Amino acid sequence: MSMAETKDPAGSNTPPVAPSSGGKSARERGGWLAKIAPGIRNLVTKRDTPENLWVKCPDTGEMIYRPDLEAALWVTPAGRHMRIGPALRFAFTFDEGQYEELPAPTAPDDPLHFSDGKSYVDRLAAARKATGEQDAMAIATGEIGGTQAVVLVQDFAFMGGSLGMAAGEGFIAAAHAALERQCPLVAYTAAGGARMQEGALSLMQMARTTLAIQELKEVGLPYIVVLTDPTTGGVTASYAMLGDVHLAEPGALIGFAGQRVIEQTIRETLPPGFQRSEYLVEKGMVDRVTPRNELAAVLGSILKTLMMGRARR
Amino acid sequence: MATHFLEFERPIADLQAKIDELSKLSDTAGAGAFDGELDALRARADVLRHEAYAHLDPWQKTQVARHPERPHFINYVDGLIEEFVELRGDRCFADDQAIIGGLGRFRGVPVLVMGHEKGHDTTTRLKHNFGMARPEGYRKAVRLMDMAERFNLPVITFVDTAGAYPGIGAEERGQAEAIARSTERGLTLNVPMIATVTGEGGSGGAIALAGANRVLILEHSIYSVISPEGCASILWRDGSKAKDAAEAMKITAQDLIGLKIVDRIIQEPAGGAHSDPDSAIQRVGDVVEEELKLLMTLSPAELRKQRSERFYAIGRSGLA
Repeated sequence: MSMAETKDPAGSNTPPVAPSSGGKSARERGGWLAKIAPGIRNLVTKRDTPENLWVKCPDTGEMIYRPDLEAALWVTPAGRHMRIGPALRFAFTFDEGQYEELPAPTAPDDPLHFSDGKSYVDRLAAARKATGEQDAMAIATGEIGGTQAVVLVQDFAFMGGSLGMAAGEGFIAAAHAALERQCPLVAYTAAGGARMQEGALSLMQMARTTLAIQELKEVGLPYIVVLTDPTTGGVTASYAMLGDVHLAEPGALIGFAGQRVIEQTIRETLPPGFQRSEYLVEKGMVDRVTPRNELAAVLGSILKTLMMGRARR
Repeated sequence: MATHFLEFERPIADLQAKIDELSKLSDTAGAGAFDGELDALRARADVLRHEAYAHLDPWQKTQVARHPERPHFINYVDGLIEEFVELRGDRCFADDQAIIGGLGRFRGVPVLVMGHEKGHDTTTRLKHNFGMARPEGYRKAVRLMDMAERFNLPVITFVDTAGAYPGIGAEERGQAEAIARSTERGLTLNVPMIATVTGEGGSGGAIALAGANRVLILEHSIYSVISPEGCASILWRDGSKAKDAAEAMKITAQDLIGLKIVDRIIQEPAGGAHSDPDSAIQRVGDVVEEELKLLMTLSPAELRKQRSERFYAIGRSGLA
C-alpha cells in the first residue's frame, strides 16, 4: 500500500536542510569524531545562530554539541544516521563538496483540488516555506571519486518525501540529465510513499520513473540507489528497488507496507530489526549497508569500475 | 440476477422481494394470473436501477467495484478464453493464487492472460488471499510475461485487487522489488499488452499488472493510489472518512479518463456488471478485441514507444 505520512513521525530526527556557513571551526571533543570522520572538522564550520547549539540524541537522550554532529555528518555517537536534506547530501557526496545544482522541473499544483479538511494547496505552501524547495526532489551534478555523476536527492522534509507529479518529473529529469552527460545516476531515496493528495496521478509515477530507468539501461549507464531512512510504499515498489546496485544507510526503515498496516493485518508484533537496512541485506534486497562517512568512497569505487567496464565495450 | 444488495440499492431490493413474492403467488394461482402487475413492477425496478446506477457517487462506485457478485478473473477466462491452460508458480518459492495466469486463445488470437482473483466464497477467498498478491504472484507475472514475449503472445490482464498483501513474509521476500519488476516487465514488453481494471485497481499491486499499451476500465470500477479507507486513516486520521477520501482522490473511471490515466471506459449493464455478468464480460471482450487488433499492427519497437509515450504524457497537459 502506498502511503505518504505528511508529518515527520520521528520529529526531532530531522536537522535543517542547509549546511551551516561562516563562523569559526568547531572545537575538538574526544575520539568519537576522529574515528568517524577524520579531518572533517576543518571542513565544517560552526553554525552562527547561538540557539540550538545542542541537539538531543533521539536514542539516548544525550545532548550532542551541534558542531560535532555537523562534523560527524549528522551521525550521532549512538550511530543513528539522522535525516538530512539535499544540500548536505550533495556536500557529502561530491568530491570536495563541489557540484552544480540542476533545476528540478515543476508540475501542476493540486490537479485534483484535494482537501482533507486542510487544502493540499496550503500544505504545499507550508512545505515550500519550511524547506525553501519547490518539491521533494533536488538534482545536482559533479564528480564522485573522479567519476562524473548526476545525483538525485529525495527530501523527506518536504511532505514526507512523497512521490507526486513534481517528484516523478524530477526523477525523469535526473535520468535525462545523466543521459545527456552519458554519466551514471545516483538516487538517494527517502519517502513515506506516494503523495495521496494527487491520487492516481501519483500512482502513475511508479511507471513513469521505471521508464526513465529503462532509458539508462538501454545505453548501459549505471543507476545506483542509496536507500535512506525511511524508504517505503510506492517509492520502494518502483525506482528504489530497480538499481544496478542498492546501498543503504545503517538502520534505515525500508519496506513496502507500513509497519502499522502489517501489524493490523496479521495481528502480531513485528520482529526486532524488521524492515531495517541490515535485514534487507540479509534478505537479499540490498547489496551493502554503508555508513554515511564511507558512502562517497564506496559510490566512487562502484561508479569507477562500472564506467571502466562500459568504456571497454 | 444479483442476490446481494448494496446499501443504496435498498429500494430496488424491496421491490425485488415484492416481485419474487408475487411470482410465487402467480405460480400457485395459475399461469398468468398476475402478469400485468408483475410486468409493471419489473419495469419499475428497471427504472429504479437505471436511476441509481446513472448517478453513483465515488463511494457507491467503490461498493459496486467490490460487489461480491461482480465478475472476477475466472469468469472472464470462462467467458472469453478458449482452452485456457493455467500455469502456476514463480519457479523460486511458491505459487500465489492471488494472481492467476495462463495460455489460451482470445477470439482466435493466441494470448497470455492473467489477473487478480479475489474468490467468491470463504474457501476460495482464502485460497486466493482476497486477491492480495505476495511477491510470488508478481514474480509469476514476470515469468509469464517473459514467456509471452518469447512466443509473441499478446498479454491481456484483468486488474482487481485492494492492493498487495501487507505481511511479514511478503516483506521479507521482497514485496517492493517484486512489484517494481512486474511493472517494469509490462512496460518493456515487445508484445502488445492490454490491462482492464474490472473491479478495484488498488495501488502498486494494481500497476504491477497495468504497465500496458492500453488501460481500460469498467464503468463502475475504481483505480487509486491507496484504498479510500487507507487514505482516510492516514490523512483524516479517521478510517470512517472513507467516503470523503473516495471523493477527494478522484478514483472513478469518469475522473480517470479526464486525467488520461485510463484510455477507455467500458459500459456496464444498467444495474452494474453483477446484474448481467455474461453481457458485461462479452462487452469487455468486444472492446479488448477492438484494441488488440489495433495494437497487433504495431512493431515491437512501436509498441514500446507507444507505451512509454502514453505514461510520460500523463500529467504533462490538460491539468489545471
